[in-house]
Amino acid sequence: MTTISRRQWFKLGAAAAGFSSLAAALGLRPRRPQAETGGEEVHGHEAATVGRVSTADFDPMEYLTEFDYGRSRRLSDGRTLREYDVVAVDREIEVAPGVYYPAWTYSGRVPGPTLRCTEGDVLRVNLRNGGSHPHTIHFHGTHPPEMDGVFPVIAPGESFTYEFEAKPFGLHLYHCHTMPLKRHIHKGLYGVLIIDPPGGRPPARELVMMMNAFDTNFDGENEVYAVNTVAFYYQQQPIPVEVGEPVRVYLVNITEFDPVNSFHLHAGMFRVYRTGTDLERHELTDTLMMCQGERHVLEFELENPGLHMFHAHQSEFAELGWMGFFEAQPPTVASAVGKEGGRA
Amino acid sequence: MSERWKKWVTGLTPLVLLAAMTVLFLRFGPLGVFRASFPPIEELTIERIRLPEPDLMEISVVNGGPEPVTVAQMLIDEAYWPFEIEPGHTIPRLRRATIRTRYPWVEGEPHEVTLLTSTGLTFSAEIEVATQSPAPNARYLATFTLLGVYVGVLPVLIGLLWFPFLKRIDRKWINFFLSLTVGLLIFLGIDALHEAFELQERVADAFQGVGLITLGVLGAMFGIVAIGRWLRRRPVAAGLSQRLWVAYMVALGIGLHNLGEGLAIGSAYSVGAISLGAFLVVGFAIHNTTEGLGIVAPVAKERPSLWHLVTMGAIAGVPTIAGAWIGGFNYRPDLAVFFLALGAGAVLQVVWELGRVIHRESKAGWMMPLNAMGLVAGLVIMYTTALLVVA
Repeated sequence: MTTISRRQWFKLGAAAAGFSSLAAALGLRPRRPQAETGGEEVHGHEAATVGRVSTADFDPMEYLTEFDYGRSRRLSDGRTLREYDVVAVDREIEVAPGVYYPAWTYSGRVPGPTLRCTEGDVLRVNLRNGGSHPHTIHFHGTHPPEMDGVFPVIAPGESFTYEFEAKPFGLHLYHCHTMPLKRHIHKGLYGVLIIDPPGGRPPARELVMMMNAFDTNFDGENEVYAVNTVAFYYQQQPIPVEVGEPVRVYLVNITEFDPVNSFHLHAGMFRVYRTGTDLERHELTDTLMMCQGERHVLEFELENPGLHMFHAHQSEFAELGWMGFFEAQPPTVASAVGKEGGRA
Repeated sequence: MSERWKKWVTGLTPLVLLAAMTVLFLRFGPLGVFRASFPPIEELTIERIRLPEPDLMEISVVNGGPEPVTVAQMLIDEAYWPFEIEPGHTIPRLRRATIRTRYPWVEGEPHEVTLLTSTGLTFSAEIEVATQSPAPNARYLATFTLLGVYVGVLPVLIGLLWFPFLKRIDRKWINFFLSLTVGLLIFLGIDALHEAFELQERVADAFQGVGLITLGVLGAMFGIVAIGRWLRRRPVAAGLSQRLWVAYMVALGIGLHNLGEGLAIGSAYSVGAISLGAFLVVGFAIHNTTEGLGIVAPVAKERPSLWHLVTMGAIAGVPTIAGAWIGGFNYRPDLAVFFLALGAGAVLQVVWELGRVIHRESKAGWMMPLNAMGLVAGLVIMYTTALLVVA
């Protein structure tokens, strides 16, 4: 941790006037910063955390492209049954380097696993409550009220199976609906549910982004904002994409305590498919405002190589961790790897 | 066993048993009973924020809680900001750490610094008005010295010039001025106590602000009595009359009080809390001139040498300079509280001494209307001149 903070210190210093005299005054000798990731060394003064989080339990880079299609089998009526196991557990998570948050999680991670299926599939989600408080899973979408995850409340040690047909296609989310609701949500019980259209979407590099935040001192205001939990993670580790390749972001807002969150892309524009329930583009923009629970599918291609910043266009959220980079690289031979076709 | 040995054994036995119990308890005791799974109680106090130069911020923090605390991240004005912390991110109990960060602070505007610990707790402090902090160089040394001279030394010396006037008035009027001095000092003592209590809110819990005040006030009162009685028997003080001795005690009390005052002014100046305009300096000067009067009132009917007068003036005034240095360059709330309490205790002790003089001098003592009026007049003078120093 010491070496990293020192290196960042120099990085910041390099851009500022009078650096050498300052360093001399502090008894520090400048060292040439070593380029590690593209996003690190280019900025002078910038909001940032010191140190790195451990990615042993949760890797935000992997979360972007991890889709859980469940255990599938074909039913006699021709439909596909997808079965998922979700366990609610209490788990301490690292939301910024060295900052540990006592979370309630689905399957030990925040956000929970991204459940993915195709419209018309039959979903069977087995929730086992291994946590210390009662929980549920409430899915957004169309389903019978008894499968809505408000009642019954699943006590610690008990289980429940939610079963319903996946519809309509679009970008949905799931979260705990136990009261007190605010606490059960901001403690980390949420995840993404993607229902693909029957014909799929055009091929693209697909990325899941959950705009979330953490009230680490429980005063009703968030100390840490992020996409995918870890403050500034994609600022320290830019997301690699290729120039010209189609990129699709499944963007969900679950931020508690603040009325809205937003997404802003630098040096490019994106097409918006609101709630992902329509294949016609809604608008072309570079800034999108979303209420809690709102989610949209964004598609874009980056025309130029280099770092493209993205962040909440509430500057406050951005500087509290919700800031990152896409790094557009020239196309390579391996460009086919990592793309989702939209259909399993 | 000799009586002498018995005395030692009986005195030390409880201590030995206490030590034995502590060792046994830590080794074999039912610690588990007390070690409940409470959330960690973290307690960080930001003692001082310095702005040594544009783009640089230095934050002094102390851990006043029962457990070590790890500073994981820092926010300035609700934005995460990279920083360095010496000696390390984890601060042991009762230890201090210094955080340095390159932050483009804005002259004349407020900033807020928040430390985020590993458990997610936050501890904040505010810079009321950002302004470059004085560095311990010749220029600021001169600034603070001049400040002390203007606010403390010169006014007290000017106040001493009332001595020829006092010599020419009636004894009953001298008692009036002695009573007036008591009024001045009561005002100063209560004022210092109030400041100490206000400031102790910013002292880390472990350093017990109220305990520091108790120690400071009573320590000064009884310490001065003890040292005074002891010095009185030494050759250095043997030639002094009772009244001159009291005058020295008044000077010492006022000096200790002025140390606290210099500290408060120096620190307020260095953190940008007061601009120290000409008006404020003049206000303090007028306010403190009355202190000189207090020193000479007890010796009005004697003929102390000029040397004694100058010495007493220095004892009362020069600590202002030292206070301004300490406050300006190395301000710590716990030290400031202690100094303020010392000053309050010293002043109140002098009130007691002067009260005895007045009681001896005039038959009716405080029942004498002129004396009572003098005391009230002293309070009114202080109140009125203090109106000048409201920043």
